[in-house]
Amino acid sequence: MSMRTEAGRIAAVAWKDLMTEWRTKANFNAVVFLAVLTLLLFGFALGPDTNALRAAAAGVIWLTILFSGVLAFNRSYQLELEHGALEALLLYPGSHKSLYLGKLLANLAFVLMVELVTVPLAAVLYDLPLLGPLGGLALVLFLGTVGFVALGTFYAAMASRIRAREVLLPLLLFPMLVPVIVAAVEATSALLSGDAMGDAGSWMRLLFVFDVVFVTASVLAFEHVIGE
Amino acid sequence: MRHPSGSHSHGTGAAGAGGGRDDAAVVLDGVARRYGRRWALRGVSLRLEPGEVAALVGHNGSGKTTLLRILATTLRPTRGSGSVFGLDLVRDAAAVRGVVGMLGHSPGLYGDLTAGENLVFALRMMGRKATDAVVADALEQVGLAREADGLVRTFSAGMQRRVALARLLLRRPRLALLDEPYASFDADGVERVNAYLAGLKAEGFAAVVATHDLPKASAVVDRVWRIDAGVLTEVEVGAAPVGGGRPRDIVAANVEGRGSG
Repeated sequence: MSMRTEAGRIAAVAWKDLMTEWRTKANFNAVVFLAVLTLLLFGFALGPDTNALRAAAAGVIWLTILFSGVLAFNRSYQLELEHGALEALLLYPGSHKSLYLGKLLANLAFVLMVELVTVPLAAVLYDLPLLGPLGGLALVLFLGTVGFVALGTFYAAMASRIRAREVLLPLLLFPMLVPVIVAAVEATSALLSGDAMGDAGSWMRLLFVFDVVFVTASVLAFEHVIGE
Repeated sequence: MRHPSGSHSHGTGAAGAGGGRDDAAVVLDGVARRYGRRWALRGVSLRLEPGEVAALVGHNGSGKTTLLRILATTLRPTRGSGSVFGLDLVRDAAAVRGVVGMLGHSPGLYGDLTAGENLVFALRMMGRKATDAVVADALEQVGLAREADGLVRTFSAGMQRRVALARLLLRRPRLALLDEPYASFDADGVERVNAYLAGLKAEGFAAVVATHDLPKASAVVDRVWRIDAGVLTEVEVGAAPVGGGRPRDIVAANVEGRGSG
């Protein structure tokens, strides 16, 4: 099957997932609501001290993305399990890699949309200087989200046919995400505090390496986890 | 009744599955499948020629769907080997999916997409250009021309099955696998399924139809395979029952006489 055909299949899967979400908006509303609640609850737990809020903000933002993203990944495969759509999907000609890449694109777009709502809200709640490091921050959010979504989409496929998938997915996913989360939090924290030591660049390079490794490994292994 | 592997009289025999290219539509050789400790299929050997339609009958849980899923490559056999139009079911799984199409027990559609959008998605997944004319023609063939813009989740079970049938029509598989194709269909739907199967035969393609409703399929079937606890045997279609009868009655009487489900 040609590269063009595979690209068409990837786009078709992403279009189908996003169109379904656009029609219902059920998942987006639920995920954004959870993200807002998480930000508020961390805010209450940390107390009114502005310095404490700012110091914790990078970690809180990424944990919020983590919790809300897991809901999105589960929903992504839930769609396929309804009415036997997964079996029909697996029966299309060609390799299953395009299914993974299509879902990766759809989940990436979804989580980035959630971030468009939650990150500005976090800036207000935690008094963050968002406008100054906006370009760098956007890059860190993108790189961190790619790594997170790459693993999330892969492990959600693995857990999709297990009865306790909602519980199992975080158990499988969160330990694997530690390197991405550490790098993303460090880069975000450095940017939000002015990056006087110039650490953000090296953390971003590390994030890029993680992204390449995770996406490549997931594409290669996906055929084995989605088949049976 | 005769064992399907007895169809070696066709020439190359079931053993051809593991060897070189075979011109048979389907060859299975000793295929077995286990779920945990339970064997769903036990050494199934069979052969289906191009231009033939086989009906697969048996009780619930007898192994019909497992056999179809192995032919569709969504399940791997635990033991044994098989091929579809000369392509190995395990080694050439991706290529097999290019020649096989399945109408599953569930429609496999997306409820929040319209009927037309479901078919557009299917065409794009097949690597084909999705034009309005192609989609409209497929829906016309299943009697849903006016429902292209309706959300599938608002359709009845029968209408959803018709959309799934339209998707199979677009697929134009050389081997069609149909799991309970007559379920949820009215008389018009049954006729459309049989017209589709007759068209496949005329083109030299093949089909395996798992059904509990053999009389509806008997107008188009060439072989009847009965499966019981994972063991497959072939029912002789031509043998006249006591009292004679039309060809479709003969098939039904032979199978019913053997306690088919």
